[in-house]
Amino acid sequence: MKSLKSRGSELVSPERQFQILKEVFIRKNLPSFSEKLIQSGLSALTPAPTKILQMNLGKLCNQTCKHCHVDAGPDRKESMSRETMLHCLSVLAASPISIVDITGGAPEMNPDFRWLVVELRKLDKKVMVRCNLTILLAGDRYKDLPEFFAKNQLEIVSSLPYFEKRRTDSQRGEGVFDRSIEALKRLNAIGYGIPDSGLTLNLVYNPAGAFLPAGQAALEHEFKKSLLKEYGIRFNYLFTITNMPISRYLEYLQESGNLESYLEKLVNFYNPSAVLGVMCKNTLSIGYDGSIYDCDFNQMLEMNVEGGVQNIRDYDADVLEARKIRINEHCYGCTAGAGSSCGGVTT
Amino acid sequence: MSKESYYVPDDLKKFGNIGEFQPNLAKKFFDYYGEVFTEGALTAREKSLIALGVSHAIQCPYCIDAYTTDTLEKGVTEAGLMEAVHVAAAIRGGASLVHSVQLMNKVKELGM
Repeated sequence: MKSLKSRGSELVSPERQFQILKEVFIRKNLPSFSEKLIQSGLSALTPAPTKILQMNLGKLCNQTCKHCHVDAGPDRKESMSRETMLHCLSVLAASPISIVDITGGAPEMNPDFRWLVVELRKLDKKVMVRCNLTILLAGDRYKDLPEFFAKNQLEIVSSLPYFEKRRTDSQRGEGVFDRSIEALKRLNAIGYGIPDSGLTLNLVYNPAGAFLPAGQAALEHEFKKSLLKEYGIRFNYLFTITNMPISRYLEYLQESGNLESYLEKLVNFYNPSAVLGVMCKNTLSIGYDGSIYDCDFNQMLEMNVEGGVQNIRDYDADVLEARKIRINEHCYGCTAGAGSSCGGVTT
Repeated sequence: MSKESYYVPDDLKKFGNIGEFQPNLAKKFFDYYGEVFTEGALTAREKSLIALGVSHAIQCPYCIDAYTTDTLEKGVTEAGLMEAVHVAAAIRGGASLVHSVQLMNKVKELGM
């Protein structure tokens, strides 16, 4: 499977994606996200002080998952430069932001990934890495990553759509499940996910299809039971994340005939109490070129933050915290059911 | 599905509208329904699997639609979903076969 960009898909255009969503909302007479906020007594979304800086190191990835909102893959070359990383480090050095969430693509494929991690740890920030697991088996360049992660006390957050091969491979590609299991065994072997080791390994569940995630606690129980019984694998927590109707998942929804019913479901399951915990309230998302966004999804839709500060090199906490968070219909994905953020449910 | 069919998928979304003609009884039913499916001695997941099996036993397409989705959302494997249907099928088949004891009793009663 190639990225949307390589295939010249019309869905590369954020404007086209917004148009597709809007057409369904009009056809099905669904309230816009903005209207829904007002209906539920909430006004415009405004940020709290930034606690997490999410750095997207680029779109290069060794996998091409069907649901990827980044449209990442081996054919994408966008990559964060060391200069942009230095701007981020400079901001972090002078800021109370305590957590850095490194994502991609496969962030480990950025040539400056390890340098960045070491510099972040010198600033004593908590560092999370969104590791897709199979990168640990992608050749000599990556095989010592588990030890590197452990040495730098990184918290690992890894997608594993399901505890069975069929559903995982259907979303992430043939053979991904077996390689993910092997990677998890390697991480366990050096202490990741083992109680009292101090090395945190969290898994992420995305539904492999046009449905919402299960209750996080119940699904975590199932994952733990099954992975331990079948493969002897342990992990700390499971985060359940709702698939956003954008990019390659939007393409899947269209091609499978599930688009209308999925959007209706997101709207019908809108939960006002999930709104307060959405990630854009306390997170800033930094694109590979240093652009600032309210979240990783807005980043992929090229919705830069409102206001005068658009790039990390011009960072100004006061200006950014005074902004309004930009919203569109995809935001229903974070407020359906128990809510969804990079850290799982929001309620 | 054809407009000529008795079953229309979109009608599932209108289930709540049955209160239009008899609000009091509908409310009692939905209150009961909601209470039945809350976590209790059985988990919500177990209850959803039972509902899926019953849906097949009574051959309700709306219920099959709803509880296939619900069990998937609750993280049940495809094998688990199908096993619930086999449980329903086994009970249905067994229910027919166990009545053959009555048949045999009658045969023996009538026979020489």
